Formats: sequence, C-alpha cells, structure tokens
Amino acid sequence: MHDWTYLQLPVFLFMATGFAAGALLPVILTGLRRRDVMSRDVFERVVKNFGFIAAFVSSLAGCILALSILLYGEPLHVDLLYTRHFGMMSIHADRLSALFLGTISLLAAAVSVYSLGYATEFLGRRNLGLLVFLYNAFLLSMVSVVVAGHTVLFVFVWEAMSLTTYFLINYDHEDPASRRAAFLYVVMTHIGTALLVVMFMLLYSFTGAFGFESLKSAGPRIPAFERSLIFLCAAIGFGVKAGIIPFHIWLPEAHPAAPSNISALMSGVMIKTGIYGMVRVFFDFLGPDIPQWWGVLILVLAVASSVLGVLYALMEHDLKRLLAFHSIENIGIILMGVGAALLFSSLGNNALAALALIAGLYHVLNHAMFKGLLFLGAGSVLHGTHSRNIEELGGLIEKMPWTSFFFLIGAVAISGLPPLNGFVSEWLTFQALLLGFHISDLVVKIAVPLTVALLALTGALAAACFVKAFGITFLGLPRSDRAMHARESSPTMIAAMASLAIACAVFGLAPGLVVSVLDPIASSLLGTNLSGQVSLNGGMLLVPDSTSTSISPPVLTGLLMAIIAVPLVGAFLLGGRLRTRAAMTWACGLPKIEPRMQYSATGFSKPIRMIFSNIYRATHEIEISEETSPYFRASITYELKTESVFLKHIYEPAYNIIVTSARMFRRIQTGHLQSYLAYIFITLVLLLLFAR
Amino acid sequence: MSEFFGVILISLFQLLLVLATGPLVNGIIKKTKARFQRRRGASVLQPYFDLAKLFRKEVVVPFVASWLFRITPYLVFASTLVIALLVPTVATPVPLHWMGDIITVIYLFALGRFFVALVGLDTGGAFGGLGSSREMSIASIIEPAMMLAIFTVAVTAGSTNLSVIVGRLTSSPASMLNPAHLLAFSGLFIVTLAETGRVPVDNPATHLELTMIHEAMILEYSGRYLALIEWASQMKLIVFLALLSNMFFPLYMATTWSPWALLIGSAAFFGKIIVLAVVVAVVESTNAKLRLFRVPELLMVAFILSLLALILYFIIGA
Repeated sequence: MHDWTYLQLPVFLFMATGFAAGALLPVILTGLRRRDVMSRDVFERVVKNFGFIAAFVSSLAGCILALSILLYGEPLHVDLLYTRHFGMMSIHADRLSALFLGTISLLAAAVSVYSLGYATEFLGRRNLGLLVFLYNAFLLSMVSVVVAGHTVLFVFVWEAMSLTTYFLINYDHEDPASRRAAFLYVVMTHIGTALLVVMFMLLYSFTGAFGFESLKSAGPRIPAFERSLIFLCAAIGFGVKAGIIPFHIWLPEAHPAAPSNISALMSGVMIKTGIYGMVRVFFDFLGPDIPQWWGVLILVLAVASSVLGVLYALMEHDLKRLLAFHSIENIGIILMGVGAALLFSSLGNNALAALALIAGLYHVLNHAMFKGLLFLGAGSVLHGTHSRNIEELGGLIEKMPWTSFFFLIGAVAISGLPPLNGFVSEWLTFQALLLGFHISDLVVKIAVPLTVALLALTGALAAACFVKAFGITFLGLPRSDRAMHARESSPTMIAAMASLAIACAVFGLAPGLVVSVLDPIASSLLGTNLSGQVSLNGGMLLVPDSTSTSISPPVLTGLLMAIIAVPLVGAFLLGGRLRTRAAMTWACGLPKIEPRMQYSATGFSKPIRMIFSNIYRATHEIEISEETSPYFRASITYELKTESVFLKHIYEPAYNIIVTSARMFRRIQTGHLQSYLAYIFITLVLLLLFAR
Repeated sequence: MSEFFGVILISLFQLLLVLATGPLVNGIIKKTKARFQRRRGASVLQPYFDLAKLFRKEVVVPFVASWLFRITPYLVFASTLVIALLVPTVATPVPLHWMGDIITVIYLFALGRFFVALVGLDTGGAFGGLGSSREMSIASIIEPAMMLAIFTVAVTAGSTNLSVIVGRLTSSPASMLNPAHLLAFSGLFIVTLAETGRVPVDNPATHLELTMIHEAMILEYSGRYLALIEWASQMKLIVFLALLSNMFFPLYMATTWSPWALLIGSAAFFGKIIVLAVVVAVVESTNAKLRLFRVPELLMVAFILSLLALILYFIIGA
C-alpha cells in the first residue's frame, strides 16, 4: 500500500484554515455591510451558506486526517511556535487524539449540513453572523483540544472552547433562562479549568515538561501522594466538562438553552473532550502502576452518573432536557469502561483493561452518533412545532414522517437494543466486567457484580425513557394546535439525520472493524494488544479469554430480516390475504377518543417515580378552586416537583458559604482611601517580614 | 456443503419445535389451572384452535395507528424466532450459537418489548399507555435481577455463550446441585414469571384495567396481528422455560445430532418443560396477583437470591 501519510499535514492545515475562514467570513462581511455594500438579506444568506459549507468541508478534512492516523498509526506532529518559557508549542495527534478528532469531525460534518436548513429560521430575526462565527470558532477550538500536544496550548484552546460555548448557550440572550444557564456553565467550567491548571502545574513541577510526549508515562517519576492529587484534579476538572454526577448541574440547563445544532455538538462531542482528557491523563501520563482506588472511584462516579442520569431523564418532559440527562447517563456508561480499565490495570491484568477501555471508547463513538441524531431530531421537532414540551406534542409520525423515523432509530440505538450500535458497546462493557470477575481480588468481586446489575438497570430504564420520549412525542393524537400544524423539516436537515442514522447502523453492524481500529489505541496506552484475542472474522466479535463468547450483528440482523418472511408467509398460508378494517380506538364506549384521554409523559413515568421515590423526593400540590359547590370546579392546578439532592445538599450550602464570606469581606471594604492605604502598608510590612 | 445443509436442517428443526410447542405449553398451563379451580377446562390443544381462528379473522386497525402498529407483530414474531435459534432446546450446541449469547437473547426480547410498548402509545387510547407505562417500569426492575442471575451462571461457565454454559454442565452434572446454582435458578424463576407476564406480576387472563399490563398494551390488536403477538408471547414462555431447564439442569440433553440422541433429548426436553409448566400453573393458582407497587419487592427477592448465589459461588467455588 502506498504511504499517504505525508498528506496529513496539508489536510490538517486545510481543516484548520477552513474553520478559521468560516469564522472570519462573517467578521469581514460585517465590515463590508457597514459600508452598505450588501443588504442584510444577502449578507445573512451568504454568511449562512458559506459559513456552514466551510465547516462541512473542514470537518470532512478532519475525518480524513483522523482516518489516516488511525489506519497508519503515524502521529501528526506540527511545531507551532517557540516560546521562551514554555518551549516549543506543538500539535501532536496520536491514535487516541485521532479517535476523538474523527468522532468530532464526523458529527460536525452532519451537523453543518443540518445547520444549513436549521438556520434559515434565524434569517432576518437573529444575528446569523455571530452564530456562524461562534460555530466555526467552537469547532476549531474543539478539534484543537484533542490534537494539542502541549500543556499551555491545551489550556488555551480548552478555554477558547469553554468561552465559545458560553456565548453559544447565551445566543438566545433575551431569555433570562439562557443567561442563567450560560452563567452557571461558565462558573462550573472555570472551576474545572482551575483544577486543570493546578494539575498541569503539578505535572510540570515533577517532570519539568510541558510537551505531552515528554509527559508520557510520567507516573513513576511522581511521588504517590502528588500523583493521586493530580488524579483527583483531572477527575474533577475533566469531570465537570464531561458532566458526571455530582458536577453535572450545568449540563441540563446549558444543553437545552443553546440552538439545537449546537446542543447536538455539545452533547455529542464537547462533553467527550472531558473523557479524552481523563484517558490521556490517567493512562498516558499517570500509568502504569496505578493505585486501585482510582478505578474504584471512577466506577462509583460512573455508576452514579448512569443510574441517576437516566432516572432524572425519566422525569423530564422537555425533550432537550431529557436528552441532556441522557448524556449524563451515557458518560456514566463510558466511564464504566474507563473505570473498569483502571481497576483491572491496577491489578496487573492489562489484557482485560484493554477490553474495558475499548468498550468505553467504542461507546464514545456510538454516543456521539446517536445523541447527535437525537438532538437533531429534537431540533427538527422544535423547528416544526415550536415546542419542546412533549406534553403538548403527539401524532407527529403523520406530520413529520422522516424526523420520526430517524428519531426512532436514535431511540433504539441509545436504548442499547440490537442490531444498532448502542448494543455492541454495552455488550462489550458487560463482557469486560464479566471476565473481570475472575480476578481474585475482593474489591473486584464486590464492584463488578454491582456495576453489571446497575448497567442492566440503566439500559432498561433508558428503554423506558425512550418509549416515553418517542411515544408521547410522535405517536397517538396531537395534544395541541402546535402539534396539529407541525411541518416536516427541510431536506438538508433530514439528510443530516439520515447520515447519522446510517452511522448508527454501520457501527452496530461492523463491530469487528471498529474494534480493530480501537485496539491499537488501547495497546498504545496499556501496552497489551488484543489482536489474536479478539477475532474479527466475518463481522463476528469474539471476546478474549473465553474461547466461545461471540456475537455477530451482521448475521443476526440478516437472519432477523430473512425470518420476517416466516410470519408473513405463515400468516398467509394459515389465513389467506390480510383483510383490514379501520375503526376507532376503544374508548370505553364513548363515541370519540380525545387527545386528553391519552397517557401523558408525567403519567407514563409515574410508576418509576413511585418505585424510586427515595431518589426523587417528589412533592405535588393540587389546588382546586370552587365557585359555588364542590361539584362545579372552576379550575384545578396540579404541580409536581422533584428535588435535586445535589442542588439542595451540595450546591446550595456551598453558595451560601460563599455569599456569607463575601459579606464578611465587605466589612473591610469601607470605601475610605485611607483604610486601603493602611491595608497596603500592613501587607507590605508582613511581606517584608516573612517573604525574604 | 453437507455441513451447511446440516446447519439449515437443524435450525429449521429448532424453529419448528419452538413454533409448535409454544401453544401446547400454554394449553397445559390453562388446563392445570382449570383443574385447580375444579373445572374440566378446555382441551390442551385449544390454543392451536384459537390461533387458527385468529389468523382467519379480519384485522381491525384504529384510525390513529401508524405504520408501527402494522410492522410490530411481524417484528416481535421474527425476533422471538431468532432467539429460538440461539437457545439450546433438545440438543447442544446449537449450530448458530456463535451468532449471539444470552445477553443478546435478553436484548432481543427487549427489542420486541420496546416496539410493543410503542404500539401501546400508538393507538391513542388510555389503556395502551397504561400498559406501556407499567410494562416498561416493571421491565426496568426485572433487568438487574435477571442480569445478576445470568452473571452467576456465566461466571461459572466462563462464558455467556448459551451452548457453552449448557455444554459445561452436561459434562460435569455434579455441579447442577451446587447451592450457588440452585439459588440462581430460583432467582431466575421469579424473573421468568415477571418477564413472561404471569401471576403474581401480571395476569394473562384478565381484561380489567386495574390489573392488566401486557394485555393493555395489545388491547387494540385483533385477528392476524393478535395471533402473531400471542404466539410470540407463547414462544417467549417456552424459551424462558428452556433457559431455566437447560441452563440449570441439562439432563439427558443430546450432545450429538444423531436420531437416537435427539429422541432422548426431545423426550427429556418435553418432560422438563411440562414439569415447569405445571409448576408455573401451581404458582399461578396458589398466589394472588400482587399490587403493582408490591412487584418491586418480589423482584428485590429475585435480586437478593441472585446476589447470594454469586457470593456463594465466590466463597465455595464452582
């Protein structure tokens, strides 16, 4: 095979300049528009079309670059600029970076096509130039995060990513809820960034290195206590971005507030940069020889995130908030793989650790595809009905056939059902955990079965939640005028959803292909190769260490398709041609069914709310106003609230402490110049005394 | 080439077996329950007549229903048939065992349930939503108990492949009496009752809106569609009974596909299935249906049994 790796650098430069050009286009054109060269209408159309096409083409370049690194294994190294204090700042994209780069680019390509149709709604109403600028800047900073090969550069682009998303969440700034969400996000993400800076400084102080290559396997050079401190900083710092519980509070506010194409990117890939950071630091920098409790801590966080994430999602009837909570759940599933890999690796079983890590990374890719698809679907629903509240929707399968079909594919995939991609990565996670039980260690024997049981619970609850989300939104009778007059979205939006749905199917049907790409990543991080252990013939996936555990999604799917002939032909043989008659749904003898007779989303999730009442602590109030007699009620209001344990017991007390201490500081802030001079004088004296 | 035809022949045999015996097991349970109620009851062959009749009747489709309503019966039926190819019944290993393991079986059932629950919401009536909501809630709490029971068995066998699990037990029958094994069996038995919609979790004979779960979801189905759904749920029951008997007590199972071994294997399979069907009928006759919100407690029992099984396995070994 001819070696094409010398083309990596041009492709990379093309991608970066493409995003930069897309971002600069509205800036330059705004300058022209000021001079009345073009009308607002022309300006907006040009900016929208060229801006999103630039993003699309650059994303394709990103896909190609990622594929070439993943297939050839040759890392891309670009020296950017030399600084006196920090040394050479460079881009360094190895296979791990390439996986995330590929995932980001693949989703970004689809979302860019979607945005072409989606943003038409903003024409003449909103600042499209700003959206296009932020969109491209966001994508550029996000791909830079995963390819940055230098500590300072990483923090810089990380911050750029956080700030562009802050402005994107705030895009709808007339809405106080958006402003609040954006503020919460920027506070939370900076707590994370602060910890990351501490982490990188600690790393520097023990290794003297800023470059990611020289930080590789730096673990043994760092004393045990500081190493664990670095681990904790990374877990929390990246955990805030990934949205793991209990650092998740910004996520369900921020994702719904942003425009839907941005929500898809944030939920599908931006939170994955947190996972990238964790894998990079835990395995690349701090490994090998890691303490056992790291893996246990990550597993605990993972299990809490997945179970609580899906439980909170079940109580939501805002479609985008519901999906945001599912992101927390899926980050938990990814971290189950990562945590199990840490745990197994700390016990010296690197082969199993590789399998668990592959399961986690596989889910990274899968979640990006189906969550992107679902958010685009939610955006399409919002576009067609102007409502995110599923209690107002229903019957959209008639009005929006394509959106509902692709949303259904996303729902099946996220519920982990065969033959789509969610099933394969959950299956691999199960297998890694099952095989891990054979490690003779008490902690493993306790942690593994509980994780398995809770992963099973998570999967089943996710299916319940998506029966609700899909069923209430798309099936039955329309519950409001908005749903009644819904319109199908534009072809570009449908094409984008279709491409992601195909990706869900492909990654589900060709697990062997995906695993063979992920295997070298795990082996470069853990030093153990799975090849020879995972056999990949004919799309069949065989698990190592056990000679016979395998699945073959392509054959399974083919068989399922073929076997549908049995009921079709059999029914014909037994009963002849199908005769059907249309009739009204049974409504206990009433002449007509009304939309209000249907189950509501709140009603649907009531059994779950009752079963898990300890977690929800739901309170409900019923107010009945009567006019003359109790039999003629003027109005009934029903309000149901579920309580967030984390807000009440962690964040509210913390907020109160900060506010109280700020009040105390206010006492010394008198406003008199003399007292400030006195403070400066006292500080100076103290400094002279102690800091010589 | 002959090997290829062998695979096809055996797979067809497996399909026909599950297809043919599904209604029979249902008939046996109904007959036993009738006897407990001191009735003579209908013939054990009655479910066959019911299905034949339903296939010939016209289908009433609600105005509200979408294409999901029409494809779901076929999808559920087909996915159950695929499962039938993965689960060893009279002989082991099944030829297509590499296609999927026990986790695949559980998730394929979940696929069918997902679509049936969607259909419940598709018809726009109140009953469908009621059934879907209850079904999905109970399914969520079944899952951890089921996974843990299966985990115990899989860990003992070192694989989640069903044919390997069964094969290991046929080669060392003594481990069938392992206490860990027996506890996992009882956990999975409770799970089976819940999963196949039996008393005390769901009542397959009721059409009272306060108590029905599965029946509420499929209330709008009639004619051929109803026949397919009913038949699929009968096959689901037999698959679960086959799992219970073969994953735990694969006595006299055929390990080759010779006619003689198959004959013994079939006889043993039918014997075990009939015993289990009667046990299910006894449980159904002697227990009242639980209130919906007492069901989690029952499933908690199953969960604890499975957990105990795992702890026992850990302490005393296989």
